[in-house]
Amino acid sequence: MADPSDRFYTHTHEWVQVSGEQATVGITQYAQEQLGDVVFVELPPAGKKVGKGEVLGTIESVKAVSELFTPVTGEVAGGNAALESHPELINRDPYGAGWVVKLKVAAGAADGLMDAAAYEKFVAEEGGH
Amino acid sequence: MSPTLKRTPLYECHVEAQGRIVAFAGWEMPVQFAGVIEEHRAVRTSVGLFDVSHMGELDVVGRRALDFIQHVTCNDVFKLTPGRAHYSGLMTPRGTFVDDLLVHKVADDHYFLVVNAANKDKDYAYLCAQAAGFDNVDVRDRSDDWAQIAVQGPRALSVAQKLTAVNLAEIKYYRFVRGAVDGADAIIARTGYTGEDGVEIYVPPADAPRVWRALLAAGRDEGIVPCGLGARDTLRFEACMALYGNDIDDTTTPFEANLDWIVKLEKGPFLGREALLRQRAEGVRRRLVGFEMVGRGIARHGYPIMAGSKEIGAVTSGTHSPTIGKALGLGYVPVALTAVGSEFAVEIRGQQVAARVVETPFYRRQRPA
Repeated sequence: MADPSDRFYTHTHEWVQVSGEQATVGITQYAQEQLGDVVFVELPPAGKKVGKGEVLGTIESVKAVSELFTPVTGEVAGGNAALESHPELINRDPYGAGWVVKLKVAAGAADGLMDAAAYEKFVAEEGGH
Repeated sequence: MSPTLKRTPLYECHVEAQGRIVAFAGWEMPVQFAGVIEEHRAVRTSVGLFDVSHMGELDVVGRRALDFIQHVTCNDVFKLTPGRAHYSGLMTPRGTFVDDLLVHKVADDHYFLVVNAANKDKDYAYLCAQAAGFDNVDVRDRSDDWAQIAVQGPRALSVAQKLTAVNLAEIKYYRFVRGAVDGADAIIARTGYTGEDGVEIYVPPADAPRVWRALLAAGRDEGIVPCGLGARDTLRFEACMALYGNDIDDTTTPFEANLDWIVKLEKGPFLGREALLRQRAEGVRRRLVGFEMVGRGIARHGYPIMAGSKEIGAVTSGTHSPTIGKALGLGYVPVALTAVGSEFAVEIRGQQVAARVVETPFYRRQRPA
């Protein structure tokens, strides 16, 4: 699956899509493949202020616990409530229905992040196979 | 990956099948193929295939083989007859586990031990040191001479049956026979680590890829899938079968681990017996319990178990159970909190999350009437 070109990516395998003051954050196709079957998602409370790179939540598969780092500085507007009963949405549709958190951000929040092409190159080099 | 990692004879099969390979106990092993939950369900409902060639195999031979194994393990080897196996503990003098293992009696002067991959070298050295006190006992590391394939699930026997003239239904639980499987000179044991029926098949490494592929072909109509270490762990966890290094180690005794049934104090002297007699007389202070999370969260190995602000124990294994559909865990708690319904908290990332003791095993298969 190609990584969508309408958003930006981190070295810790999150994506962020910015629309005006609102940023939507999730994990990438590569990240969900590496993690395996997601069975639990812990979301941050609305109103929480987070700085770029800080822990935004926790995503757990059957085997592993993985932290979600925020790609952008902002204030949590809300989490994807559907993940409470259907965490597998992250596996099925990581770029759509499996989004994790929405943040309120300032202009230029995503500056300096990778675009899809740069992220795919990064994954190809890191993944090795 | 480190070039010193070992590969099983089935490594190429796993790469072909696009298994995700990870380092485990010094081996490059598949952790998953299609996905842990899908593999787990296949084993619970039909059949799955596991490469467990990383496990260690040791032969103990010689006239005093029985006396020797009686001395180093806690179960009663005297009760085994040729062709029978049992689960046991290799004991320290403190009554704790050097390892847990399967002891197969081949003959009066020959036992076949199957031990954990991560402990094999330690076990072999320990057994050799202990054997120095016995005449006519020889311990041999046969791990490179055997590959091991586990066929597990309600359809396991009917699938494996297609590759052998041995009548598998006649091999009772925890018995084994020597016989040909797809032409390979095999040991076929009615054992497993999943909580399902099945067989564990030991074959020479050179035969292993052929037997593996033949089993996959034989099980195609049953929906057989290759399974990785991930599903092996969730399956054994639901069945509450101990994992060495998680649930038991050289600081835990069989009594604490709820494995009283493998300790035969009446069999005579053995390593750790004095300590275990003392613990039985005094009573254990902590025991392994199964619990379910009441609050939201998944308990994981190493998380503290709390009563108020006091740390009273630790989680040894925990995950979201694919079959039961709940977050479950195993952990050591003071005996006062071991009754079903007892409540405590698990500390998850600094938060105390409520948990409640439940019956174990979490999963028990329905046996045909």
